[in-house]
Amino acid sequence: MYVAVKGGEAAIRNAHRLLADRRRGDPAVPALHVSQIVEQLALGVDRVMAEGALYDRDLAGLALMQARGDMIEAIFLVRAYRTTLPRFGYSRPVDTGAMQIERRVSATFKDLPGGQVLGPTFDYTHRLLEPELAEGATPLEPERREVAAEASPRVTDLLGHDGLIEPDGVGNGEVTDITRTPMEFPLPRDSRLQALSRGDEGFLLALAYSTQRGYARSHPFVGEIRIGEVEIELDVPELPFPAPLGRVRLTECQMVNQFKGSAKAPPQFTRGYGLVFGQSERKAMAMALCDRALRAAEFGEDIVAPAQDEEFVISHSDNVQATGFVEHLKLPHYVDFQAELDLVRRMRAEQKDATDIKEAAE
Amino acid sequence: MNAATTALEGGFSDPVFDAQATFRAVMDAMAEPGTRRQVKAGATPPAPLSPTAGALALTLCDQDTSIWLDASLSTEVVIEWLRYQTGATIVDDPAQARFAFVADPSSMPRLDAFAEGSQDYPDRSTTLVLIVEALDSGEPLLLEGPGIERRANLAPTALPVDFRSQWLENGARFPRGVDLVFAARRELACLPRTTRILEPAEA
Amino acid sequence: MNAPTGSIASYNFAYLDEQTKRMIRRAILKAIAIPGYQVPFASREMPMPYGWGTGGVQVTAAIIGPDDVLKVIDQGADDTTNAVSIRAFFQKVANVAVTTRTDEATIIQTRHRIPEQPLRAGQTLVYQVPIPEPLRFLEPRETETRLMHALEEYGLMHVKLYEDIATHGRIATTYAYPVKVEGRYVMDPSPTPKFDNPKMHMSPALQLFGAGREKRIYALPPFTQVESLDFDDHPFTVQTFDKPCALCGAEGVYLDEVILDDCGGHMFVCSDTDHCESRQGDGYHGQQEETFR
Repeated sequence: MYVAVKGGEAAIRNAHRLLADRRRGDPAVPALHVSQIVEQLALGVDRVMAEGALYDRDLAGLALMQARGDMIEAIFLVRAYRTTLPRFGYSRPVDTGAMQIERRVSATFKDLPGGQVLGPTFDYTHRLLEPELAEGATPLEPERREVAAEASPRVTDLLGHDGLIEPDGVGNGEVTDITRTPMEFPLPRDSRLQALSRGDEGFLLALAYSTQRGYARSHPFVGEIRIGEVEIELDVPELPFPAPLGRVRLTECQMVNQFKGSAKAPPQFTRGYGLVFGQSERKAMAMALCDRALRAAEFGEDIVAPAQDEEFVISHSDNVQATGFVEHLKLPHYVDFQAELDLVRRMRAEQKDATDIKEAAE
Repeated sequence: MNAATTALEGGFSDPVFDAQATFRAVMDAMAEPGTRRQVKAGATPPAPLSPTAGALALTLCDQDTSIWLDASLSTEVVIEWLRYQTGATIVDDPAQARFAFVADPSSMPRLDAFAEGSQDYPDRSTTLVLIVEALDSGEPLLLEGPGIERRANLAPTALPVDFRSQWLENGARFPRGVDLVFAARRELACLPRTTRILEPAEA
Repeated sequence: MNAPTGSIASYNFAYLDEQTKRMIRRAILKAIAIPGYQVPFASREMPMPYGWGTGGVQVTAAIIGPDDVLKVIDQGADDTTNAVSIRAFFQKVANVAVTTRTDEATIIQTRHRIPEQPLRAGQTLVYQVPIPEPLRFLEPRETETRLMHALEEYGLMHVKLYEDIATHGRIATTYAYPVKVEGRYVMDPSPTPKFDNPKMHMSPALQLFGAGREKRIYALPPFTQVESLDFDDHPFTVQTFDKPCALCGAEGVYLDEVILDDCGGHMFVCSDTDHCESRQGDGYHGQQEETFR
């Protein structure tokens, strides 16, 4: 006797209990604390903040823990929380020129005001596994130096003084907000940059890579990458000065790209821009390359490669959307499949009938 | 009482459920043009903005919407109340308005003065909230179109004299066009752009 | 502004904040005023994945009130896991009454089916929609498809259906079968089997469609003309089943195929579980025992 499958509620409840058990793992191993994730898996936390589009290290750490280390799941958790938060206002644009620099490198100038600062980078580490880390070795005290009295102006500003690079975009004081208004293609650049900033690191990395391999080559140079903290300030109508809200760590990449010019306008380098929450050079650089590729139409370049196709890139860059829709295929589709099954059966039967009649006639 | 203090009063007593109930009334009325839906939620805005129109403003308008007001509503108290209670921007140009509130429909601008949306974004058009005395004592209108099984009747008071011809032109712009909400005492009814008003001879 | 403050765990009634509800409500009103036209809306991240009903959930959350009775179905069934999960979500965040009975519900959220029992005036059917654009598989660009709708240029769709006929001898679209609304907009009915298309035509219920990931809302007011696209020489037809439901004996309903063994044994049962159970409760029986002999 066939009895229809029941008990979805109990199955879900039990599945979630099992999930909680597996998340905890072997109870003989001490449980993680969110602070350990925040402190010791900080770049993972940064990625969750960047693509989750919410600057809160503790929440991102909690999300990573809850997601068992699954990045996109953690990003999704943060996004779903972020969307419930009330919007108090829009801050003033952050001044990355006034950043408290922890790392700053330029590939275009050997030395420059403020100097090059390697900072906490994996660059030039030999990628050899370090067993002593597993044994809980205590690292050496970092070398410290006095905070440079010298300012560190952005490289693009230095180039800009001589008109060698196109001027930076000028805002009209109004900020679009891709979380508040549905996107409409073609996008203004601020919307596009917002989408890229919270776009999937892997997707943008692959697209950026494709531009280096000839799919919309832009002759990029890293004008500058800087990582550090900037002040967030909010204009409050009742106050005569902007109210400081706190500091956030950002990674900014200014890519200097192939020059443009014409008979009338002297040649100038062009810009690609990347800005990401936390420390993530890979993401900031990939974003800058994608930004430049997506400006093709603006410069009258032929749109020939995937990275230049705004609707393609932006429509598919959000990993929370992508993972949801790819994974929804595991939901039941019996009804649609039944419809297809029925059609294929009927068409096969008709073909067989036709063949039988033909054979009988022969 | 001055405008500033008046603005603080007269909002929903239960913002979440009052807005939900008011929305369901206007949604059902828009889905079934001509039907009259009760608005029970208590908004008490400054006159001549009516309680029903006030409830609609609280339900549908906020920082993301622009409102146009007709001359009789363009008083300091009404403007301050709407600004404080909804956060909406008050605009002078009816073609820039997402919502228009009209206390004197008989002398309002022609329908084509409001935003009609574009051919590819016809949703970007003005929704007009017309404050009327009653829904059944004006010139009888016989309606048909989506949302109406056969025919529906509506007789809002104080419409412009050439309303029928204006509405015919509005329908001819489809999919562009404005949509109307008639806000009467504790009830409302709607005319979306799809509704056709039959000529008396067609009845 | 009205959202409760305090701990992370406190959410507004029906989860969404009031500003988001207003934004969705404005989109719903315009969708109703322009039947079949897809209104863009600023879809929010929801606490379930995109593609799992976030559009339907946002629409339901924007319209639901304390007096509503909610039914949620997936594949026609109330007890499929995603339906169970969405129903539990609304019980938790809106504390609303829920039911599995089609006739008791004021709001029915659905994925892939329209209930067999005809809907009545005053009910609202909320569809979860994955890809709202009926032209998307013919033209992937939104900029292009928007223009086609604006110009009422639907030739591409007819070409596609006609190619089906040339290749397969029939229109090979079995679900998400495109419809034309009030003679104007071509609309995707969501991936319901074409069996359900006629139920949309002149339905007394309000039908709302929410596509969360694609950020579109569209609607069919009650008593709206909904025609499935076809050709004079290839008129639209719905699926038929050779046998009645094995459990309740119903005919003229959509059936699920259930595989019984690995020797080709199978049977067909109602996809609409409420319809099937109601019939069995009324004393109807299928031929289940005979299937086994």
